[in-house]
Amino acid sequence: MKYKAEVTIMPLKELLDPQGKAVLSGLKHLDMPQVKDVRVGKHIVLELEAANETSAQEAVDEACKKLLANPVMEQYEFVLHEAGKK
Amino acid sequence: MKFGVVVFPGSNCDRDVYHVLKNVAKQDTVMLWHQQESLSGFSTGDCIVLPGGFSYGDYLRSGAIARFSPIMKAVTDFANNGGYVFGICNGFQILCEAGLLPGALLLNDHQKFMCKNVYIKPAHHKHPITKNLEHKAYKIPVAHAEGRYYAPENIISDLHLNKQILFRYCSAHGELGEAHNPNGSLEHIAGICNAEGNVFGMMPHPERASELQLGNADGLQFFNSLIVNATSADRVLN
Repeated sequence: MKYKAEVTIMPLKELLDPQGKAVLSGLKHLDMPQVKDVRVGKHIVLELEAANETSAQEAVDEACKKLLANPVMEQYEFVLHEAGKK
Repeated sequence: MKFGVVVFPGSNCDRDVYHVLKNVAKQDTVMLWHQQESLSGFSTGDCIVLPGGFSYGDYLRSGAIARFSPIMKAVTDFANNGGYVFGICNGFQILCEAGLLPGALLLNDHQKFMCKNVYIKPAHHKHPITKNLEHKAYKIPVAHAEGRYYAPENIISDLHLNKQILFRYCSAHGELGEAHNPNGSLEHIAGICNAEGNVFGMMPHPERASELQLGNADGLQFFNSLIVNATSADRVLN
């Protein structure tokens, strides 16, 4: 089966996110005081082939743990779906 | 003591550190291509240097991809056997990503790449690289965007307990304080080692300040201290 995983990686909540602060200050310059906080992360899309959904889940989880995210500074979550379906 | 300087795609301080070790410190030094899979010819009294630069374009996170280079398996085995591994700047980031050093280097708190001279001082004199240094501030340049040392609280207590903090940012007179911390590092940390002491890293670049002709030779004292004090028998923190 072909699967698509959409991984979202965010800096840990307790850590200062300088990128987010820079974007926040940009939005203030755009006269958007409504925005109170910004945090910047990463969106990574993986396409994979696996026997079933469980093994696809495991593969994506391992990819996240070993490379895509660094648990010292980031947290991740992902959504998995069969390729072709939404 | 023999040195091996690893060249990753995107390393850009490899020539500098090679030159300083070979021609200034007069040590047996070779360059090691990242594709090679063994470190034959090196024994545990020797030192592998991971130089500064932007290995693999800093894609994903600084150092994240370099740790999968073929040579890193051999470097990890070498470290686990007690060999010296020294990471400078991007090399420090690679060691943290590889799990050979605890913690991580985050984006500087002021959001900018920074290239300037800063001052650092040794936290103690129990490690080969700090043993012959004086208790004073040394002027060493930094050049990084991701140099804010961070580790969870329990790791920071371990660092204290095992004397793993090697260098702290300070003023020209050696005072600690936020004003002298160039990137927001926790506890002003500029360099650390593992619990055994044989793997160590720092964000500042001593190799860029190792010749008087270039205006500053403070960095050479770091290499000289390491060379004089590093032996396979005397490698552990003591």
